[in-house]
Amino acid sequence: MTRHGKSYWVGAAIVVALAMLAIATVQNEYFFFASYIVLQFVVLATAWNILGGYAGYVNFGTGAFFGTGVYTSVLLINLFGAPLLVQILVAAAVSGTLGYATGMLTLRLRGIFYSIATVAVAIIIETLIVNWRYVGGSTGIQILRPPVMPPFESYTKMLFLVMTLLAVAATAIARFIETSWIGRGLRAIRDSEIAAEGCGVPTLKLKLFACTVSGALMGAAGAPLAMYQSYIEPVSTFSLNYSVSALAMPMIGGTSHWIGPVIGALLLGSIQQIVTVTISNEINVLVVGVLLVLFVVAAPSGIVGLARTLMRKRVVREAE
Amino acid sequence: MFSWELLLEAVIFGLLVGCFYAAVSVGLSVSLGLLDVPQVAHPAFLVVGSYGAYLLGLHGWDPLVAGVALAPLFFVAGILVYRFYYETFEKRGADTGVRGLAFFFGIAFIVEVLLILAFGVDQRSVDAPYIGASVALGDVRIPVRLLVAFGTALILTGGLALYLSKTFTGRAIKAVAQDEVALRLMGANPVRIKQWAFGIATATASIAGAMLIVVSPVDPNLDRVYIGRTFCVVVLAGLGSMGGTLVAGLVLGVTESIVLTMFGASWAPAVAFGLLLVVLGVRPQGLFGR
Amino acid sequence: MKMFTRCCSFLACALALAVGTFAPAAHAQQPIKIGMGISQTGGLGGGGKSALVALRMWADDVNAKGGLLGRNVELVVYDDQSNPATTPGIYTKLIDVDKVDLLIGPYASVPTAPIMPLIKQRDLLLMSNFTFKLNRNLKHDKVFNNSPWAHEEDLAGGVLQIGREAGAKTIAILAADQEFAQNLANGAKNVANRMGLKTVYEQNYPPSTVDFSAMIRAIRAARPDIVYVCSYPNDSVAILRAVKEIGIGDSVKVFGGGMVGLQFTPVIAGLGSLANGVVNFTSYAPGNTMDFPGIRDFLDRYSKKAAEENVDPLGYYLPPYSYAIGQMIAQAVTATKSLNHKVLAEYLHKNEMQTIVGPISFDELGERAKPAVPLVQFQSLVDKDVDQFRKPGRLVIVHPPQYKTGEAIVPFEKARK
Repeated sequence: MTRHGKSYWVGAAIVVALAMLAIATVQNEYFFFASYIVLQFVVLATAWNILGGYAGYVNFGTGAFFGTGVYTSVLLINLFGAPLLVQILVAAAVSGTLGYATGMLTLRLRGIFYSIATVAVAIIIETLIVNWRYVGGSTGIQILRPPVMPPFESYTKMLFLVMTLLAVAATAIARFIETSWIGRGLRAIRDSEIAAEGCGVPTLKLKLFACTVSGALMGAAGAPLAMYQSYIEPVSTFSLNYSVSALAMPMIGGTSHWIGPVIGALLLGSIQQIVTVTISNEINVLVVGVLLVLFVVAAPSGIVGLARTLMRKRVVREAE
Repeated sequence: MFSWELLLEAVIFGLLVGCFYAAVSVGLSVSLGLLDVPQVAHPAFLVVGSYGAYLLGLHGWDPLVAGVALAPLFFVAGILVYRFYYETFEKRGADTGVRGLAFFFGIAFIVEVLLILAFGVDQRSVDAPYIGASVALGDVRIPVRLLVAFGTALILTGGLALYLSKTFTGRAIKAVAQDEVALRLMGANPVRIKQWAFGIATATASIAGAMLIVVSPVDPNLDRVYIGRTFCVVVLAGLGSMGGTLVAGLVLGVTESIVLTMFGASWAPAVAFGLLLVVLGVRPQGLFGR
Repeated sequence: MKMFTRCCSFLACALALAVGTFAPAAHAQQPIKIGMGISQTGGLGGGGKSALVALRMWADDVNAKGGLLGRNVELVVYDDQSNPATTPGIYTKLIDVDKVDLLIGPYASVPTAPIMPLIKQRDLLLMSNFTFKLNRNLKHDKVFNNSPWAHEEDLAGGVLQIGREAGAKTIAILAADQEFAQNLANGAKNVANRMGLKTVYEQNYPPSTVDFSAMIRAIRAARPDIVYVCSYPNDSVAILRAVKEIGIGDSVKVFGGGMVGLQFTPVIAGLGSLANGVVNFTSYAPGNTMDFPGIRDFLDRYSKKAAEENVDPLGYYLPPYSYAIGQMIAQAVTATKSLNHKVLAEYLHKNEMQTIVGPISFDELGERAKPAVPLVQFQSLVDKDVDQFRKPGRLVIVHPPQYKTGEAIVPFEKARK
């Protein structure tokens, strides 16, 4: 393993250890309740960035893939009483297939059409769920949690750990894609698709791969929500908030490096949770909008870009 | 329960509502279709237009008059927004796609929240003599407010189409959409033309927004519903075609209305967007696209 | 020197005694926190705002008399915006961050349904407010639904019976696709089947629907005798506007049933003559048949408070019942001298409590043991007049017999003139 590779895995291990420490020591349930959401956004932002940041194709329908994951879980619970791991894997598979299908339909076209198609997919899937009585339809459905297994004291704490592991897995996958030939190919596509085709980059295959992986991760992020919230209804599950947040977080954090979405999600997600507790829900949405505009206008490379510029200036200063 | 009268009524209502959809989307047709600006915030401006009509309605103004009266304000706002967008994004070139989209999404969200903070989440509606009354056409009773919206929408869409094809500035706008470099070589300033066009597109939001609140009550979250619908109409039409926008709006309206009547209200949105996906798959340049 | 030491020790002892007496008392001054999310904005806001005024009145009344268990009562309130997505977060916040002692539910079924699993998982007591059959599957033993009704017969039976007596044979059911309306629509269908009525039209619509023209047209084409509607405030208004625009046809004998929102004064004053002829459920209407002890005095006081806060000035729907929630909490806490949820739940299950809306007791599922739902028909209403509802002959109670103040006018078209 390269030196960078080792430091990544050490970092990941530290994160998981910290999570377990929190579970053992922190008593207030609300901490885990809020942290779960932030970690969920880490996964969503990372997943979005695989297609949006690396390849330049903007997915507006994150809600669709996320919601598909949630409702796959709901279905599995109702039909088989499936355990959480199965829910996550199957949800990832279903959402991945959806990503593949969306890609097949529109990736031959210009980027904006892919984005519009994702909006269409989101609305169609939401309408399908709304009309499906078995998963609750528009009314919504109650999910009863199974009793929690030791060593966990509460189900929320267990889900917190599950989401931490998912976040680590998502960033590992993103990092793998970024540093491999796949990432190079995607970057070529983002810079100039025509030139990439001319150089022999298998653009369609790479784009489809990114679509599938991105969709699968979003579905995986959605799967535990059924157990987390215990009540699922379509309007909030397919909400535009997920789509915009998943887009805003990588833009704020920085789209060129896998750590960008993580930073963006941690920052924006935490702000959102704090604002919701102390002030109100609307200001939450306002914060997303303002930060998005600010970063897109003033700091297009995100926080990662700002950090790089600072480091470069320091290197230059030291060289003088 | 199927009956020919019911189907006929559905088609009539669909045409009325469809024309309204066209008027609501025509601004986006100009900004996205002709200017290549991903104006995701257009529905949000629509809702602002509705609230403008609501506010003036509280002082006794007729909503459509209010919409026309506020249009110059929206025009100026549109110019400012485009100027900002141009300086920040288009000038710098590459990677404008994602950032431009993100920018307008941010604007849409900010507008939505400001509306909530100013007016609350409750639904608002206006009062006018033509709201609540209906006209009988044989066995069918047609609400007058839909007829008023239909009429206004026709004038708006038709007027814009005429403007673009008959006036000098209008044709310049179409020219800049086709070939900006050629236009520059001919001595016209493409940036000024584009910002003029964007101003017009935003001004239509004022009038269309007034129609919106005539047709149904509005609340600040309504822009989310219309993001989908307006993009559907614009893509179905084919980017840049005004006449196409009208036809696409009618197609969407009639399809929705028939599905609503035959299969129920909850399936209507899926059919509209299913239609969009089919068009994207089969004929991505839309019905009348270039 | 000795004198000085003795004085000092005496002072020290006195100080210690004083601190000892006052310190625990200072701890006991901590208020009893009662937490809730309740709609102040959004479709249900009209009801939620009036309910909150009544609850605050109760808290003030209780505190004026010395509080509960010697402690003041403090209400911790959040606005759920009539949006079911907000309530799980609000109630988790109330439990884990605000650490309230007791919980009152949001107003109505749709915002309350999402928190039922949470309440059951944490095994907490919940005084829910005007919900409908939310506990039928969970069977939680610590939830108590404060409302005039318990089962579908209470809400649907009267309307269908009036229709049947007028010769009705067919029924159309229009219901929003949400918790309350679906529960009620299914219940109404059961009652209709038992009565031998044939369902000729049935439609569920998404809660966000604003245009009902297509559905009203379809109902008119089906020519039903009874039209039973289960809707929430925004839809109720839109449906009645559509009925005025499109017309429901002359076959309809009875229209209405489960339309939430027509009980809020601002809504019904805004509709005015559009509501004439509609038969709908409520919890209270003026007249001498529902003169429970204490209610007139409460409504007078409420009217003044509500006018100050620019809220529903008549308070004929939620306020008396919200005040009753407070009364029940007070009786349970005072009798058991405890804030323990299990103890309180046992008391609430076993005892009948006296309130300003009459005596209330609960069955094993926490629903009202003896329902009392007045069915009202709007008659002779004019536009833009809030005070008309106080006069007789406007909110006419047509069912059940013990509350009746007038006869229902059928068919529907006749009642609208």
